[in-house]
Amino acid sequence: MAEPLLSIRDLHTHFDTKAGIVKAVNGVSFDVAPGEILGLVGESGSGKSITGFSILGLIQQPGRIVGGSIRFAGEELVGAETTRLRQLRGRDIAMIFQDPMMTLNPVLRIDTQIVEAILAHENVGRAVALGRARDALAKVGIPSPEERLKAYPHQFSGGMRQRVAIAIALLHRPRLIICDEPTTALDVTIQAQIIHEMRLLCQEQGTALIWITHDLAVVDSLADRLCVMYAGRIVEQGPAGAVIAEPAHPYTRGLIDSIPSRNSRGARLKQIPGMAPSPLALPAGCPFRPRCSYADDACLNEPSSIGVGAGRDARCVHPLVARVPA
Amino acid sequence: MTAAMHARSTADVTPIVEVRAISKRFTRKPDLAERIAGALGARVDLRTVHAVDDVDLAILPGEVVGLVGESGCGKSTLGRMIAGILPKSGGEFFHEGVESAAWTPLQRHAAVLAVQMIFQDPMSSLNPRKKVRDIIGEAAVVHGMTSRAAQGDYVADLMRKVGLDPAYMRRYPHQFSGGQRQRIGIARALAVKPRFLVCDEAVAALDVSIQAQVLNLFMDLRQEFNLTYLFISHDLGVVEHLSDRVAIMYLGRIVEMAPTEALYAAPNHPYTKALLEEVPRIGAGKRTFAPVRGEIPSPVAPPPGCHFHPRCPFAMDRCKTVRPVLRAIGSGRWSACHLNDAT
Ligand SMILES: Nc1ncnc2c1ncn2[C@@H]1O[C@H](COP(=O)(O)OP(=O)(O)OP(=O)(O)O)[C@@H](O)[C@H]1O
Ligand SMILES: Nc1ncnc2c1ncn2[C@@H]1O[C@H](COP(=O)(O)OP(=O)(O)OP(=O)(O)O)[C@@H](O)[C@H]1O
Ligand code: SF4
Ligand code: SF4
Ligand SMILES: [Mg+2]
Ligand SMILES: [Mg+2]
Repeated sequence: MAEPLLSIRDLHTHFDTKAGIVKAVNGVSFDVAPGEILGLVGESGSGKSITGFSILGLIQQPGRIVGGSIRFAGEELVGAETTRLRQLRGRDIAMIFQDPMMTLNPVLRIDTQIVEAILAHENVGRAVALGRARDALAKVGIPSPEERLKAYPHQFSGGMRQRVAIAIALLHRPRLIICDEPTTALDVTIQAQIIHEMRLLCQEQGTALIWITHDLAVVDSLADRLCVMYAGRIVEQGPAGAVIAEPAHPYTRGLIDSIPSRNSRGARLKQIPGMAPSPLALPAGCPFRPRCSYADDACLNEPSSIGVGAGRDARCVHPLVARVPA
Repeated sequence: MTAAMHARSTADVTPIVEVRAISKRFTRKPDLAERIAGALGARVDLRTVHAVDDVDLAILPGEVVGLVGESGCGKSTLGRMIAGILPKSGGEFFHEGVESAAWTPLQRHAAVLAVQMIFQDPMSSLNPRKKVRDIIGEAAVVHGMTSRAAQGDYVADLMRKVGLDPAYMRRYPHQFSGGQRQRIGIARALAVKPRFLVCDEAVAALDVSIQAQVLNLFMDLRQEFNLTYLFISHDLGVVEHLSDRVAIMYLGRIVEMAPTEALYAAPNHPYTKALLEEVPRIGAGKRTFAPVRGEIPSPVAPPPGCHFHPRCPFAMDRCKTVRPVLRAIGSGRWSACHLNDAT
């Protein structure tokens, strides 16, 4: 396999709160190759966003990366200087949020914002920057970009605003884009347009994508590989199609079974019993144990990650697909 | 013949709720970015929105009708008018065959209680300062479904029905998880013995695993209380799972209506086709989208003729000027598209 662009090993990001230590990211490891689309899925609170923020060096007090390694193009980001991280952010690594207004400034015209973003990392004249801004809008499918440059964010629809945010993320041809639920607030037809365009851009420029979502169906239609998070850990990962067709971890199985589908009409949906554990009171051993129908005494020990097929592994002592002998 | 009349004559049952040519006009609410811009002195253009524009819909007892469409197309507005919590700007509203202008005080009271609404965000629709016991039981005491003395037992019974432990009766909403709060909202709606629930994005805010629990609960309650539902959602998978019949809305109008299986198997309206093609489905694997072009137009200045024409691959000259009416195109099937005119 090609040298990974991003390589995360045993990452731990904790929040020191009054009520106790929240281990939001609790030993996460994965790789992303150049041009690859990685889907990161899991229930609310499982640590998806905090994983993304950790890569960008955006963890704020009371949060802290307490262990592990994040290597980007061979360079260690954990413990890197703030100035270095700022240099990488926006230029080599970009992030797209669920709410585009996290990227856009409501009181500035679109042209001002894009030109500023260009000049932050490049030494070019204003006229050149303005031309680049127009091209950037055209590339994400905004009609009559020349005119739209003079508009304010409130004059755009939600889908258009998200495109502007994407245009800004793409300005410097980043090598990695982290998308945190970028289409969740958008309508189906607009979501389809944006997914379509993002994928084309990745193919053209060899950009790698981490696509964070709780929507497995979106990941299935988009991602090359899939990581499933539960309680701060990746409990299963592998090629998206293989994992969805034949999940190895009981939690992944449960997630897939609980999605209403063509075949579920009129029948009851299977449901995962109970709810996600509080991050302050994780059960001993496998954190999924209280909700798992396969649990037994062996699960009282924390399961380690085991191989379960080509490029696949799962953190379960009783995986649902045959394990690969070590 | 209108769609609503058709549903009446063929089924030969009085619809529990029926609306004819119902409309709602608003002066548009500014969104967040517009409010900020307005506060900073920018001119923000706010004109009248036809949130619901001449809609006919009849819902029969025991039916589950799904209402689908993109954000801002008027689903919630129609749902709230049907639930009787939002006054209409025009058209007629029938409960059990009697138009609202002709209701006696008793009929008005019955109509109000018979239809209850369940909202997307359980937290903002539950009073944070009240105990669950009062949230669920108060309206039932006021309307005489139970007495103050028997309220505890009444609430405990409802809590069990929706899968909540009655021991938690004295807790406040913030002490529950999202899925549990949605159950509190459902128990509160059931407390006044409604016949009809309008569920507005009732599972949208929930994680998939919790969503399955709440969807199963809706199915169980339907059986147990012979409930009728209007199920509003932008999630086509959820609607397919639950509904007997589906209505598709686009910019204030119903553009297609059909039995669920027929609609998903062979959609008629170009907008429905586009929607169904673009829903990502689990198990379908990686695929290339060929998305519909263009943005959803502003409801302030909807395109003339067929609202969908700027995005429709089949648009003809007529579509730009003449509004297509919702016409019968088969058994129980209705569509508002000029492509059906030729026949
Ligand atoms: N500033 C903070 N202080 C304390 N705990 C925090 C803080 N930010 C996040 N957490 C906790 O970290 C855990 C992981 O949060 P994260 O935002 O990564 O979840 P997520 O998987 O992105 O969920 P969602 O799908 O809801 O966005 C959660 O338990 C959350 O409560
Ligand atoms: N109280 C109000 N005042 C002004 N405009 C309103 C009001 N309520 C709704 N609207 C407008 O009416 C239109 C229809 O809104 P509605 O909430 O019914 O849409 P919806 O289909 O439920 O959308 P969503 O899927 O986003 O919930 C929108 O353009 C909306 O901005
Ligand atoms: S380790 Fe045990 S409890 Fe955890 S998922 Fe596997 S079988 Fe279930
Ligand atoms: S009426 Fe015309 S524009 Fe509208 S959906 Fe039919 S073909 Fe398309
Ligand atoms: Mg998140
Ligand atoms: Mg709504």
